[in-house]
Amino acid sequence: MTRSTPKTIVNDNPFMKPMEWVSLALLVGVIFILLPMLLDAFRLNLVGKYLTYSFVALGLVICWGFGGILSLGQGVFFGLGGYLMAMYLKLEASSVENTKIQSTPGIPDFMDWNQITELPWFWKPFTSLPFTLIAVLVVPAFFAFVIGTAMFRRRVGGTYFAIITQAIAAILTILIVGQQGYTGGINGITDLRTLHGWDIRTDSAHNILYFVNAGLLVACILFAQAVKKSKLGRILLAMRDKEDRVRFSGYQVASFKTFAFCLAAVFAAIGGAMFTLQVGFMSPSFVGIVPSIEMVIYAAVGGRLSLFGAVWGTLLVNWAKTTFSESFPELWLFGLGGLFILVVLAFPNGLAGIYRTYVEPRLTRRVKALEPAPAVALSHAAE
Amino acid sequence: MFGDYSLGDLGAIFAMQGFAGLILFSVYVLMALGLAIIFGQMGVINMAHGEFMILGAYMTYLCSNFFQTQLPALFPAYFFIAMALAFLASGALGMLVEWALIRHLYKRPLDTLLATWGLSLILQQAYRSIFGAREVGVELPSWLIGSVQVTDTIEIPINGMFVMAITTLITVGVALLMYRSRFGAQVRAVVQNRAMAGAVGIDTERVDRLTFGLGCGIAGIAGSAFTMVGSTGPTSGQLYIVDTFLIVVFGGAASLLGTIASAFSISQTQSTLEFFLSGSTAKVLTLLAVVGILMLRPQGLFTLKVRR
Repeated sequence: MTRSTPKTIVNDNPFMKPMEWVSLALLVGVIFILLPMLLDAFRLNLVGKYLTYSFVALGLVICWGFGGILSLGQGVFFGLGGYLMAMYLKLEASSVENTKIQSTPGIPDFMDWNQITELPWFWKPFTSLPFTLIAVLVVPAFFAFVIGTAMFRRRVGGTYFAIITQAIAAILTILIVGQQGYTGGINGITDLRTLHGWDIRTDSAHNILYFVNAGLLVACILFAQAVKKSKLGRILLAMRDKEDRVRFSGYQVASFKTFAFCLAAVFAAIGGAMFTLQVGFMSPSFVGIVPSIEMVIYAAVGGRLSLFGAVWGTLLVNWAKTTFSESFPELWLFGLGGLFILVVLAFPNGLAGIYRTYVEPRLTRRVKALEPAPAVALSHAAE
Repeated sequence: MFGDYSLGDLGAIFAMQGFAGLILFSVYVLMALGLAIIFGQMGVINMAHGEFMILGAYMTYLCSNFFQTQLPALFPAYFFIAMALAFLASGALGMLVEWALIRHLYKRPLDTLLATWGLSLILQQAYRSIFGAREVGVELPSWLIGSVQVTDTIEIPINGMFVMAITTLITVGVALLMYRSRFGAQVRAVVQNRAMAGAVGIDTERVDRLTFGLGCGIAGIAGSAFTMVGSTGPTSGQLYIVDTFLIVVFGGAASLLGTIASAFSISQTQSTLEFFLSGSTAKVLTLLAVVGILMLRPQGLFTLKVRR
């Protein structure tokens, strides 16, 4: 295509379009300034907990929205991240002087209750913080890599992949609940106290962790945006729409899918680790089928194609859940079920879709009316 | 793990566990049949299938109460009426759901998964509001209680045999319907080539609706049979849904024989392992084996060649 006016070269593919910068600023403003100003320590901690779920939703936008791979087992990776973090915190909390009333001092209390007298080998490395932090990122990625490679190489996708990831979530839950002596069973790993000597149960610690969490979230959004903008992101989109054509063009479709799945897993694991730090425990109820599929609805409500939408969707659904289940616990499940159906039937692109079809055209029209010349580039960019 | 048992004991254990596995197999087959028909034909994943099953179970529970208080004379035979009602109730609800929800989503199979999950949440809460959160059990008529002593170490419960007989009947019925009737021929035509089936004058929408209703109705019968071996609660259906999906996928979609073979192998493995290991370990090992095999052979055990 030849340009008629070569002098005004517009960057056709900027890192973020103007409207996206506005969305980012809005999100940062709300998370970093508005919410901490408005909410008390307890509510802010609650929002922090919700934000950890939005890491999962963000991963789902990449893997489901862009890549077309619906994973119903993201709870597995959220749980892995959370459990690995909890193992470190639990070991620190079970020092010999803290646990001297046990028959074997120095091991986590639930192991003592289950007549285990020695720390199992896979718990031993988790006395080291650097090892734990690396494990939080590497173990879920490796796990996702194995699953992804095995399945995408054989061209398993769509509903089959969804069912198999769901089965994996079921397996991991049954395993954690069954192996009580090694995992804490159905109660999970509780009574976590300090992170490298720093008490994480105080209000000030909660506050700091909230901001660390929010910062990590913004970093993940920017990373996801970079992926979306890169050639890789375009291949993901192309693959979702016409997989065969991408394959016939010579791309290794399986590798790209595996990458998207691994990235989603790492995001989920970061969320899980931050969840453990802020909430102070981890249990199998965040691993299984039900939480995994609920996390999908966060991404669906926010808009499966929108990175920012994922965060808003998570906050909105969880806010509704807390509000309704506090006052009308009976109605909440009807509401959640209805939400699943409504989003799928009427708003397949979620909040972001509603914004894009109803709000944005009006906004840009107004901007256009104000200053006609630059607004052309703006409206073009905001498409 | 075999050391403590004599050879005769082991034989008896395998026979008894095998039989326990057969009861599990029957419930699995009934559930998976409905799911396989729906998944095979329409590619729709019905996450609410467990709730359709529980609807059948609650219908049986209501029937049992009704006959006990109002018509005690007919109580010994109530089960057959309950089963028919369970089939009709689940089937009718299934057709309603297909009309209101599923038919809008045929182009987006992953979205039906989410929508039917939402439906399952709504149904669960509805059961909880109507029947209460506690599990309920049905009163069995006297001729179904007790067991048959085969040898001095092996005994077989009568209700288990009854469930197996029902399963056999239903399976044969479905096979006849699918392979010997006009409706079955239409269903198979739609599976193989939807556009062509429509072109020769088959009302594909009607076939879809009836098939969905049939699948859900069979789930209702599964629920009815389920009440004889377990108690029913609002969330009992969810416990079985993953297993059932794995059975359908493992057997190969759209293959009745595959569904039966995979239900058999999964239930037998699980119940035999359960005796020697803890229940959760047995379950984990079985599911892991199935997932592992599926990763190596994603098309399942038996496949139907379909032009796509």
